[in-house]
Amino acid sequence: MKEGFRQSMAWLHTWSGLLVCWILLLVFCAGTASYYRNEITLWMQPELHAAAGQPVSSEQAATAAQTAMQERAEGATRWFITLPGERNPALQLGWNKPSKPGEKKKGRRGNFHSEKADPSTGEVLSKPRETRGGEFLYRLHFDLHYMSALWARWLVGFCAMFMLVSIISGIVTHKRIFKDLFTFRPKKGQRSWLDAHNVTAVLALPYHLMITYTGLVTLMFMYMPSGVTTAYKGDQDTFFSEAFPARVGETKAAGVAAPLTPFAPLVRQAEQRWGAQVGFVSVNLPGDANATVTLRRASGRDMSSKQPTMEFDGVTGKLLATYGEEMGGASNTHGVMYGLHIANFASPLLRALFFLSGLAGCAMVATGALLWAVKTRQKQAKALAAGKRPSFGLRLVEALNIGAIAGIPIAFGTYFWANRLLPVGLEERPKEEIAFFFGAWAVAAIVAQLRPTRAMWRIQLSVGAVLLASLPVLNGLTSGSHLGAVLLGRGPVAVAAFDLVVLVLGLGLAYAAFRLKPLPAKSVKSAKPATKADVTPDTAAGAA
Amino acid sequence: MSASVQTEKLLRWPLPEALHYRLGVASRSVAAIVGGYLLAALSTMLLSVCLPMARVEAVMTATLASFAIYTCAVLWVFATSSALRAWLGLLIPGAVMAAILQWMDALSWSLA
Repeated sequence: MKEGFRQSMAWLHTWSGLLVCWILLLVFCAGTASYYRNEITLWMQPELHAAAGQPVSSEQAATAAQTAMQERAEGATRWFITLPGERNPALQLGWNKPSKPGEKKKGRRGNFHSEKADPSTGEVLSKPRETRGGEFLYRLHFDLHYMSALWARWLVGFCAMFMLVSIISGIVTHKRIFKDLFTFRPKKGQRSWLDAHNVTAVLALPYHLMITYTGLVTLMFMYMPSGVTTAYKGDQDTFFSEAFPARVGETKAAGVAAPLTPFAPLVRQAEQRWGAQVGFVSVNLPGDANATVTLRRASGRDMSSKQPTMEFDGVTGKLLATYGEEMGGASNTHGVMYGLHIANFASPLLRALFFLSGLAGCAMVATGALLWAVKTRQKQAKALAAGKRPSFGLRLVEALNIGAIAGIPIAFGTYFWANRLLPVGLEERPKEEIAFFFGAWAVAAIVAQLRPTRAMWRIQLSVGAVLLASLPVLNGLTSGSHLGAVLLGRGPVAVAAFDLVVLVLGLGLAYAAFRLKPLPAKSVKSAKPATKADVTPDTAAGAA
Repeated sequence: MSASVQTEKLLRWPLPEALHYRLGVASRSVAAIVGGYLLAALSTMLLSVCLPMARVEAVMTATLASFAIYTCAVLWVFATSSALRAWLGLLIPGAVMAAILQWMDALSWSLA
């Protein structure tokens, strides 16, 4: 491109980063929130706050689940039981019923029914309000919304490749990567933004590289199927049965009724064999003579996403087969890379560090986008001082920056507010909450396009700040588990943690808005054009 | 703003400089996105059938490595001195790999 390797890499870094940064910011924000998707869902269902009961053994929980399913899931062909774990105190029960002839299929989930139950008794927990909760944010970070999941995944993968190229070329561009870690020159305009971009990028660099690459790995057989098509002549089923050991094919129902074997001895047997808890139970054809029960190990602290399973005869309780206990090096590597991305193994402290690194990633993307705008404005400084308008590209980027960096927190805040303020019995409630998320974001983005000014930054950051920082108050008013009650030990810790995190994020946004106070008259007159660069980058970290 | 001096001597089309530069960037972008993907896909195919390990392991290894290869291809496209060199740098190794795969009777044109 230009003279020299480093210069061409700097060019590549700039453009590969800029072109996709707004989608990346959404993916990063939603992905970072997904580390706490269970906790977010809990916060969004205040009806369940009181039900954080005593821990129950997997054996007891499995037995309770079996009894509950036999009563409530009559005629189902498959059962899915997620046993309680550290981060989800409730039993999660699900079942599939065959669709009756002539009945219309209900969406993509078909005749799937799910509910949460008390792990000691198996009773349905007081029916919580309907919400997609943290699950929406999790899906948003790779399926986007209002579009087909397939296209969305290709789009997100495309952006992730840009990100990967941008990270590698960004590393090459750096002359003094170590020194940059300790360099921050506040209140210096463009230089401050550069430092902030460097610090957030370099500080969590291993994380950024890991999360981008492993993100591609989670969907790699979709993005890069050529290995399977070549080595397996396109026979994907054979490949997947070898790569993800599980039984191939479906068992036909015998049509003869037979009682289901009790779960407790199976769970005991599996836990003895693995030396770890059982996390998931699925039953194929319950109540039929050909029933099978499959147990999967809980993810625990094991880094790999691939957990071994044991399959039992559903009538006699005899062990039929075990899968996934021995794995090849590459398969294990794949499992660990996948596992690193979803971080199911993370202890509370590690999870918090992942979350902070994710926030650093948001800040890296945001400061990078801002840096481009500030630099370009500097280049056009003479023309601007002479009264010319900013170029189309600059105006567009500045407006998109406001709509994304200040707009996404508004969307998140609105989503949580809608969760508490919409009537509990509302039809299609989850859809409405999501509509509020995108509605608020669309308004922010459009208004930003109309007037991409410093005042607009201030307004939108303030709105985001108010929406997020006041969530603890909203929670206190609309549920019994306000901060005070939880901190005194009467309520789930996760709810208090959510309140505190959104409070801190909201205060960060408020600080950013405060730093953007209107410029005093004399600095407007000074030769240096007034830019957003006058904000220090630590506020951007808050903004992200 | 312009491409390097040597390439201009070699490959200077009678075009205005700015247009020449823009076409170069456009050509490299296609080379990076499409050509880079094809190169990564071909190397994944080749590694999947050539690596001395169990078939499933070879496919796993090749597919895991594919995004690194893709990234390297993109870096090459934008680092080299001209768009023509960028294309050649992708097409020659790509053609060699395709020829080996064809000779092994393993070339698959369907990507899905």
